[in-house]
Amino acid sequence: MNDFVGTGTLVRLALRRDRVLIPIWIVVFVISAAGSAKASIDLYSDKAALVEAARTSNASPALVSLYGRIFDESSLGEVSLFKLTAFGALLVGLLAAMLVVRHTRSEEESGRLELLSAGVLGRYAALTAALIVSASTVIVIGLVTALSLVGSGLDTKGSFAFGLMWAATGLAFAGVGAVTAQVTESARAANGLTAIVLGVAYVLRAIGDSSSDGSTQWVSWLSPIGWGQQVRPYAGDRFVVLLVPLVFLAVLIAAATALIRRRDLGAGLVRPRPGPPRAAKSLRSPLALAWRLHRGSFIAWGFAFLLLGLLVGNIASNVDGFVTSDSAKEMVQKLGGVEGITDAFLATEMGVMGLLASAFGIQAALRLRSEESALRAEPLLATGVTRSRWLASHVLIALLGTGALILVAGLGSGISSGASLGNMGRQVPRMLAASAVQLPAIWLVTALVVVLFGFAPRLVTGGWVLYGVFLLIGQFGEIFNLPQWMINLSPYGHTPRLPGGDFSVTPVIWLTAIAAALTLAGFATFRRRDIG
Amino acid sequence: MTSAIVVSGLHKSYGSTHALDGLDLEVATGEVHGFLGPNGAGKSTAIRVLLGLLRGDAGEVSLLGGDPWHDAAKLHRRLAYVPGDVNLWPNLTGGEVIDLLGRLRGGLDEKRRDDLLRRFDLDPTKKGRTYSKGNRQKVALVAALASDVELLILDEPTSGLDPLMEEVFRQCIEDESQRDRTVLLSSHILSEVEALCDRVSIIRRGKVVETGTLSELRHLTRTSIHAELAGAPNGIAQLPGVHDLDVEGNRVRCEVDTAQLDAVMRQLSASGIKSLVAQPPTLEELFLRHYEDDVAAEPEVAVR
Ligand SMILES: Nc1ncnc2c1ncn2[C@@H]1O[C@H](COP(=O)(O)OP(=O)(O)OP(=O)(O)O)[C@@H](O)[C@H]1O
Ligand SMILES: [Mg+2]
Repeated sequence: MNDFVGTGTLVRLALRRDRVLIPIWIVVFVISAAGSAKASIDLYSDKAALVEAARTSNASPALVSLYGRIFDESSLGEVSLFKLTAFGALLVGLLAAMLVVRHTRSEEESGRLELLSAGVLGRYAALTAALIVSASTVIVIGLVTALSLVGSGLDTKGSFAFGLMWAATGLAFAGVGAVTAQVTESARAANGLTAIVLGVAYVLRAIGDSSSDGSTQWVSWLSPIGWGQQVRPYAGDRFVVLLVPLVFLAVLIAAATALIRRRDLGAGLVRPRPGPPRAAKSLRSPLALAWRLHRGSFIAWGFAFLLLGLLVGNIASNVDGFVTSDSAKEMVQKLGGVEGITDAFLATEMGVMGLLASAFGIQAALRLRSEESALRAEPLLATGVTRSRWLASHVLIALLGTGALILVAGLGSGISSGASLGNMGRQVPRMLAASAVQLPAIWLVTALVVVLFGFAPRLVTGGWVLYGVFLLIGQFGEIFNLPQWMINLSPYGHTPRLPGGDFSVTPVIWLTAIAAALTLAGFATFRRRDIG
Repeated sequence: MTSAIVVSGLHKSYGSTHALDGLDLEVATGEVHGFLGPNGAGKSTAIRVLLGLLRGDAGEVSLLGGDPWHDAAKLHRRLAYVPGDVNLWPNLTGGEVIDLLGRLRGGLDEKRRDDLLRRFDLDPTKKGRTYSKGNRQKVALVAALASDVELLILDEPTSGLDPLMEEVFRQCIEDESQRDRTVLLSSHILSEVEALCDRVSIIRRGKVVETGTLSELRHLTRTSIHAELAGAPNGIAQLPGVHDLDVEGNRVRCEVDTAQLDAVMRQLSASGIKSLVAQPPTLEELFLRHYEDDVAAEPEVAVR
């Protein structure tokens, strides 16, 4: 029992540190779910409209791969919330895993845990405390969401199935966080690994859901997010499926504790190897250093984008398989035939890639601030390096890196859709163009971080908040009937929808110009402010 | 004699905290200048302004004849800086960091680099995250000392070094001094300052309260005297510079300002000295006086 001594203290400490963060997350989740429910209930007062909306969605490969299938086309609850079933579970999972990493590996890395271990602290205390905090958070999110859905007027049993499904997915990913925190040696690496697991889980369920003939539906069952969908809230409420993520959690906890027994505090499973005693000839500029710092993460993102591109292109070539019923066929004709619907799918997916690439841009630009607050910028700026040159090094990586990522995704989707449709020569340039038009919006969001860094460095993580707001506006702006000027705030809304859509150069120029102006403002303000 | 650093009337505040409150500092070219003061006195802040990392609110700052805010990068090629808290990039080895910082400063003396690694007993193949605090400090020290520069700015460079390494550091600074480098050394270790520095400035609450050579400062210290006289002492109490006087019959104990020693000795020998113990002055006393918070009650003597 001694292995757990001090867990209570650590739980209290963690709750104190996160006393703002956790409530904010809870509120965000609950409001998203309850808001969606309320808006949809008002929208689908008529049963026929409901079924029509559900059919349209199920006939759209873009929506099915992005959000999943609607199992019961006449279920008000399911149609209201299907956009938040898999996607919401993904975000709950992200929160759960990050909380675990934050209270284990980050603490260990910063040496705070060592301080605590010197007192009386069992070796499992930190992990147990982190899991308790993370698990309680997702369980509270699940229960409060369920109650708020009941309050919005949805069926009680289905609402609890939905809330508990979110919680159970969160628990599964808390387990993932527990393991990645032991395997890697830095919180950054642990979070990176967790993000890859989350991404793979989301893609696996997308593959399963998009299977038009049902032959690859089983792939969904390889994904913790797929398990959540299979609970089928408001469409059967299969509570017994909740056991799967719980068993998964138990297995991962066993694995994490086994890892703890085998390693020392502060170390990862992978022992650090000695490196070169001299720097390579090329390591002689801030840009070379920045590239060195971003290289690992960029390569991982690059692979992910190539795979996603190939996958999306491949799904696009099966679009006609979705169109089975007569009513759906009729709708396809209205939407511009099979090519029209394929293009619409590819355009939607490219938009999603744009959102994902922005996350890389934001993260790369935020590195500026973490370098500054970790006091690693100071020694560089005390050499012959000017402020602008140091700033430019990370900004270049963020801007060029997002460009490379989105083009890689465009190339991948062009190749795979071109190969299966048999017109590679046409499809590759079309998809490269479709990916390139995403760039101005991506750059604008990245540039927002740069200007915050120059102007208000303490608020720089607000970049994520703005990103979240743009994302929500894009996802829910129309459902919530937001005024047009608000919808216009999101740069992503101005990106031309390619392939297939109309290309207009005006928004592209505007977005690029604003991005450039923001970046320059970031440089100007950074040159004038105090470092530290 | 030219000055490597001239600061006059420098003010800097962080919100409501007045970190520097009219700081004056002069470091002559070629000297090793000690920079002392209690925690939070403003040493690191002053150094950051000197490096152009912070912008002073008011006052003049000249570094190697230039303005550190406007010509930062150009001036930085002529100096090397060791921060008080050294953080390294987790994935870079110590050797890589030393080379990188050296190159960004415009070059590194290869022979000295190897020599310093050996003297500091530093393994350059370890990754940043696996170094101990002392070893991180050594990486920054080697990078700075191996660079070919005119001025070294060191902010508590020995915090975290073990006594053996501290000794190595002292030898290195003595070598630098022989090469006519200018050194600004912020430190809390008095013996280190006494051993290395030509001149010292003591800073308190953002102001320099004492500055001068060590013998000038020693003048500000007190010699403690125990004397047994042939007759009763007289007139001692009236002399300037006599403190904590305690007379018991023919025995006298007192603290005497070193500057007034001569007059006091005359007065004592007038009564005939039978035995005498004089404790030599230590700088420690002086420093401690300035480190103590209630020092404001005492009259402050400034040597300029
Ligand atoms: N970034 C900052 N924001 C606000 N206050 C600061 C900041 N940096 C320093 N201070 C304050 O300015 C004052 C001077 O701090 P400084 O770090 O210069 O002291 P120091 O002499 O280097 O002390 P130490 O011996 O502990 O290193 C302190 O009161 C400190 O709290
Ligand atoms: Mg300091």
